[in-house]
Amino acid sequence: MLLFELHNADVRYNGRQVLANVSLSIDQGERVALVGKSGAGKSTLLKLFYEQQRTDAAIVPQDLGLVKPLSVFHNVYMGRLHRHRSWYNLVNLIYPLQHEKAAVKTVVDSLELGEDMLFASVGELSGGQQQRIAVARAIHQGGRVLLGDEPVSSVDDHQSRVVLEAISAAYQTVIIAMHDVSLALAYSNRVVGLKDGRIVMDQAAAGLESTDLDFLYRS
Amino acid sequence: MRVSLVFVVIALACLPFADLEITTLDPWREMGRLAWGVITPDFFATEHLLDALKNTLAFALLGVALANVLGFLLALVFHLRIVRVGCALVRAIHELFWALLFLQMFGLTPLTGILAIAIPYAGIIAKVYAEILEETDPAPLQVMPAGASLLSVFFFARLPEAWAHFKTYSLYRLECGLRSSAVLGFVGLPTLGFHLESAFRQGHYSEVSALLMLFYGVIATIRWWVRGRLIPLYIVGAVLVLPGGADIHIGNVVRFFTQDIVPHPLRVAETVDGVTLAALGDWLWRLLTTQALPGIVNTVLLTMIALVGAGILTLLLFPLISPKFFDRWGRGAGHVFLAIARSTPEYILAYILLQLWGPSMIPAIVALSLHNGAIIGHLIGRYTKELQLRPDSSTGVNRYAYEILPRVYPQFLAFLFYRWEVILRETAILGILGIHTLGFFVDSAFADIRFDRAVLLIAITACLNIAVDALSRTIRARLRLKSTPDQN
Repeated sequence: MLLFELHNADVRYNGRQVLANVSLSIDQGERVALVGKSGAGKSTLLKLFYEQQRTDAAIVPQDLGLVKPLSVFHNVYMGRLHRHRSWYNLVNLIYPLQHEKAAVKTVVDSLELGEDMLFASVGELSGGQQQRIAVARAIHQGGRVLLGDEPVSSVDDHQSRVVLEAISAAYQTVIIAMHDVSLALAYSNRVVGLKDGRIVMDQAAAGLESTDLDFLYRS
Repeated sequence: MRVSLVFVVIALACLPFADLEITTLDPWREMGRLAWGVITPDFFATEHLLDALKNTLAFALLGVALANVLGFLLALVFHLRIVRVGCALVRAIHELFWALLFLQMFGLTPLTGILAIAIPYAGIIAKVYAEILEETDPAPLQVMPAGASLLSVFFFARLPEAWAHFKTYSLYRLECGLRSSAVLGFVGLPTLGFHLESAFRQGHYSEVSALLMLFYGVIATIRWWVRGRLIPLYIVGAVLVLPGGADIHIGNVVRFFTQDIVPHPLRVAETVDGVTLAALGDWLWRLLTTQALPGIVNTVLLTMIALVGAGILTLLLFPLISPKFFDRWGRGAGHVFLAIARSTPEYILAYILLQLWGPSMIPAIVALSLHNGAIIGHLIGRYTKELQLRPDSSTGVNRYAYEILPRVYPQFLAFLFYRWEVILRETAILGILGIHTLGFFVDSAFADIRFDRAVLLIAITACLNIAVDALSRTIRARLRLKSTPDQN
């Protein structure tokens, strides 16, 4: 089933061409890695996709979108605000209920965040921890597709793999912008390469070597 | 710099027109007695001491709490023009004017005191809270799952970001509320000002100093005794200790709106015809020329002098608490002086000075300059802490003139222009003490039971305030003074 479709998309920002003549369609079940230098247009492309599927997509933006004064629990719980009545959400804001805590804890644990940090303020945590909490929120949200903009840019290689495993387990369809080429190849089945706002490669991940992508990063 | 010079010239030009006489026969002897009272505070003079404190606290707590609730709700709909204009109007009217108005409706009841604080404060809080909400990080809103209710999104993604700022600001408002509550005593409510006035009249200066010292104690320790969890307890306590008062007659309220504030010529007229309108025009003309105009002139004169006075004092005072000029011990004394000067309401300062020097503009000028100079001096002094000087920079006067002053000057002007409107509002109110600013004519109109005049004069005062606020905003924008002072 077709989830996203772009046809000759052009995006200009302050007179600068960010995306030029981009045509791309993505089916349900595909795991797409967007690769390319920073400024190549990956974030813009993700935004276009998000607008097409607002009701059914969870997103991990580059700025994470966390509410810093709130706890880890509340930030992850936020992914499901749409599933409950307002009064139920307010109760959980003031007094988190047992089974909601348990559900959030499962997700947080799967990302190897510490045991006892469920009620730490997000603002006090490190950049890598914050990034994993944003991923946890997107996983907790559920839905048809997850869109991630560099969701593992601030964590080490081992943790990156843990995070990407967890995302793969929770979502069938995934579109992730990544600059780490070997991770991109390991956790996707389709690689889309961008350069200066244009799609310059679009291939199955199987059979590709990291060196095949080098040309994207040359100036 | 040019702007500063223009303002100094304006203030100097105002001086010859101001009434600057010391009229008491022997001001030094009176000051000596007051000084003696200061060093011999008598905390057991009367049992009123605790009563005064208790009532001051109760009015402030309930007024500010109510203002917080109203202000928060109004902040949510602050994008509506009518709300913005309404808030600007209610906050342009001083607490004491509100108190005088509510006194006519509700009499000497707790409701008068609470509303006199709550109404203008709600207008201020609504504006500040709306600004805080506007400045919250918009990033979380982008990731909210589609279909989440507006209420849920507000409470999870916006309120938490604003909450800490709300808390800091409402604590500051409570401090202002305590000052306002104390001053309400001067129009008859049983707070600190009431007992201060009677102690002063009888020359019990030891009681005066005891009252003031207790008051400073309460304000200085506010950070320690205000705790989130204790606030509901305080509110209940405040309700319980509220003094009783006359009963509220709804008839008085109705009469106030339907008869008292209707301009006299209209009230006595049988029909609205040419004669009535002519009488109304005459009434209006006489009110404007004999009261409003001289009131406005004096208010503006005094405001301009006090504004420049506050500016000069700020520049003299801020080094006292700046680590760039004094060591720890030296700054300690500066902190105590500034804390006292900014914790004493202008009104009380002016009242005390008036007792010493007799009625003229001098007490008002000194009181306004001192209070506002201490507030801005405190902020600028704190601001100098962050400045980085090169290790071999000059010291003393050279450091002041070459290193510090040029760096803090834009900030200083921003704060000063911010206070302009506040100084004007206070200047108007000081008229109640007998200086011929707008407050004097308002107070006389109330005393003569001519509420129609009083209400019109208050409205004129409010408009003057809004005009100065707009002017100050224009100047700040023109000078590109960026400031987000935490006080306002």
